[in-house]
Amino acid sequence: MSTMAAPPIAAATTGLDGTATMSYREALRLALREELARDPRVFVMGEEVGVFDGAYKVTQGLLEEFGGDRVRDTPISEEGFVGAGVGAAMLGERPVVEIMTINFLLVAMDQVINHAAKIGAMFGGEVRCPLVIRTPNGAGNQLTAQHSQSFEGWFAGTPGLKVVAPASPADAKGLLKAAIRDDDPVLVIENLSIYKERGEVPLDPEFVTPIGLAAVARAGTDVTLVAHSYATVRALHVAERLAQSHGISAEVIDLRSLRPLDVETVAASVAKTSRAVCVEEGWPSYGVSAELAARIQHVCFDDLDAPVERVGMAEVPMPYAKALENAALPGEDRIEAAVLATLGLGR
Amino acid sequence: MAIATATLQGLYEQMLLIRTFETEAERQYKAARIGGYCHLSSGQEAATVGAIHALDADDLLVTGYRCHGFALARGVSPEAVMAELFGRVDGCAHGRGGSMHLLDPRLGYYGGWGIVAGQLPIATGLALALVRQERPQAVLCELGDGAVNMGAWHESLNLAAVWRLPVVFLVMNNEYGMGTSVERASAVTELYRRAAAYDLPAERVDGDDLLAVAQAAATLLEGAREDRQAAVLELVTYRYRGHSVADAGLAYRTRGEIDEHIRRDPIFRVRELLAQEGVSDEELDQMLIGAEERVAAAVEFALASPAPEVATLARGMYAPGSAAQFARMLPGAPFGERALVFAGGLGE
Repeated sequence: MSTMAAPPIAAATTGLDGTATMSYREALRLALREELARDPRVFVMGEEVGVFDGAYKVTQGLLEEFGGDRVRDTPISEEGFVGAGVGAAMLGERPVVEIMTINFLLVAMDQVINHAAKIGAMFGGEVRCPLVIRTPNGAGNQLTAQHSQSFEGWFAGTPGLKVVAPASPADAKGLLKAAIRDDDPVLVIENLSIYKERGEVPLDPEFVTPIGLAAVARAGTDVTLVAHSYATVRALHVAERLAQSHGISAEVIDLRSLRPLDVETVAASVAKTSRAVCVEEGWPSYGVSAELAARIQHVCFDDLDAPVERVGMAEVPMPYAKALENAALPGEDRIEAAVLATLGLGR
Repeated sequence: MAIATATLQGLYEQMLLIRTFETEAERQYKAARIGGYCHLSSGQEAATVGAIHALDADDLLVTGYRCHGFALARGVSPEAVMAELFGRVDGCAHGRGGSMHLLDPRLGYYGGWGIVAGQLPIATGLALALVRQERPQAVLCELGDGAVNMGAWHESLNLAAVWRLPVVFLVMNNEYGMGTSVERASAVTELYRRAAAYDLPAERVDGDDLLAVAQAAATLLEGAREDRQAAVLELVTYRYRGHSVADAGLAYRTRGEIDEHIRRDPIFRVRELLAQEGVSDEELDQMLIGAEERVAAAVEFALASPAPEVATLARGMYAPGSAAQFARMLPGAPFGERALVFAGGLGE
């Protein structure tokens, strides 16, 4: 198959002039600041985004810089203010709605799925909805069952939405900017555990990460790990561990976008390695890894030397006790075991 | 409300158009030219036409799914509405929306929406955009009596109040949410009183009194435009037909109750007003014939309009320019998606 090579993640993030080292959180803030400055239609709203400086400090300082009209605190009223974002977007504004965590997006589900996602098609292209919703998924801080979930697969399975999930600070900036500039509703999945991760971020205000383009986060030849968001970080750690311990050359594909999904880059990698392990933080049943496995078996049927493996959160509501939480998370040991099994080396 | 005879005559003609259109829509539904849900508004013409009359040309409108009358009153052509009900390309949503999802952004009409109360948060967002754009217009947001029991109602009224948004929530209280009466559904049956919880001005008027409706809507819309004062207007009216064409409308109310309302028909009330103003019976009858001719022409237009090409299945779903983003999703695209969606151009 013909394949456009996806650029390695490193090319955009290191060794170039005009970059700075910053956290994922700071990269998101830089994207917001640049887009607020660039386009007067852009405004930020959500719970505690202003006076409180953001529940996770992504919007820190923006109220002071841009004022309360551009950085708008909302009541705890997700259905109301997500819908307000939909309406404002329909009239040409560029709202960036922050949902404190993805768990709270469920109470606004009607506005996202039944409204925002439908506007373009249901109204025959007569009106558009350039809305951005940013929200973190993830687990691992003993936040327990109602605050430790990863639902991005639900949204990525909905025609009419676009869903991106950056894993690096550079892509956090680049994808948030791409989302804000996009003319469709885009859900930007952030992650509680990587807000503090640091990396090189391009300072060029015109730097964007294209929607629909995965990255080869680490090149390899023996097995392909496909991941997004924090699962990519875990996969990279596992790839390094396996290189050290077993001399295994694992390629890591960072999806970056979930809808559109870059099947080409995934398939090109699996065609090369003949083995795939799909890793996600969400529950794998009916999840992102299920979609990937279906696509891979369809496109790479003749290339595969082993069944596609999947690693995700244990299929239980997340418990509180640390030992139980650790067991439920798609941790590095579980990912490593899946990779070894795929290579016929484990279990 | 003082109103020129010529203006009143125009409103009467709109009411006739809506009644005639709805009657014809039911006939066409039963002839299987219209599918899906089809919610008729016969009996609610004074409330519909009076409220829309109070809108300025550049004000905005959103509605629920019982929206044929609102679309027509706002100026969407009967041809575009009927063609939409028929699922044809010349429909106002190009055959993608159907009965519940009429719109025309050029007329400030941002949609008929199909989830009860889902349009309320969107109306607050339209009003927020008006404020941000420093435009002096207001949003009129129609909803049914059933919608006031949804969380979105409370969240939207609260946001409109704390952010001072120029939006008037228009409650079309036709006494039944589907088949459940207001008395059985709402702890407070005078629905406008719920606005007090958000310190919003509110009125309840006879929704079958065209002039009272127009007066009340004008006053509240003026407050929204001039003082960014959100408000609630409850119009007490009645729908003659069932919840949708599929509902005979008799399981939860009596024939006698319906007949009682028909005896006080809002269209007849305006006809009497016009007669008092000296408009002759002949002229009044001619207006009905005119409405019937317009609706007949709309049916002819809809019949002549083609069905959408299957190749345009994905039209409008994503904004122009999105096809390149989706290009790398093509390998393994399942279930005919490759042919239907991707080859359909994703709006390109």
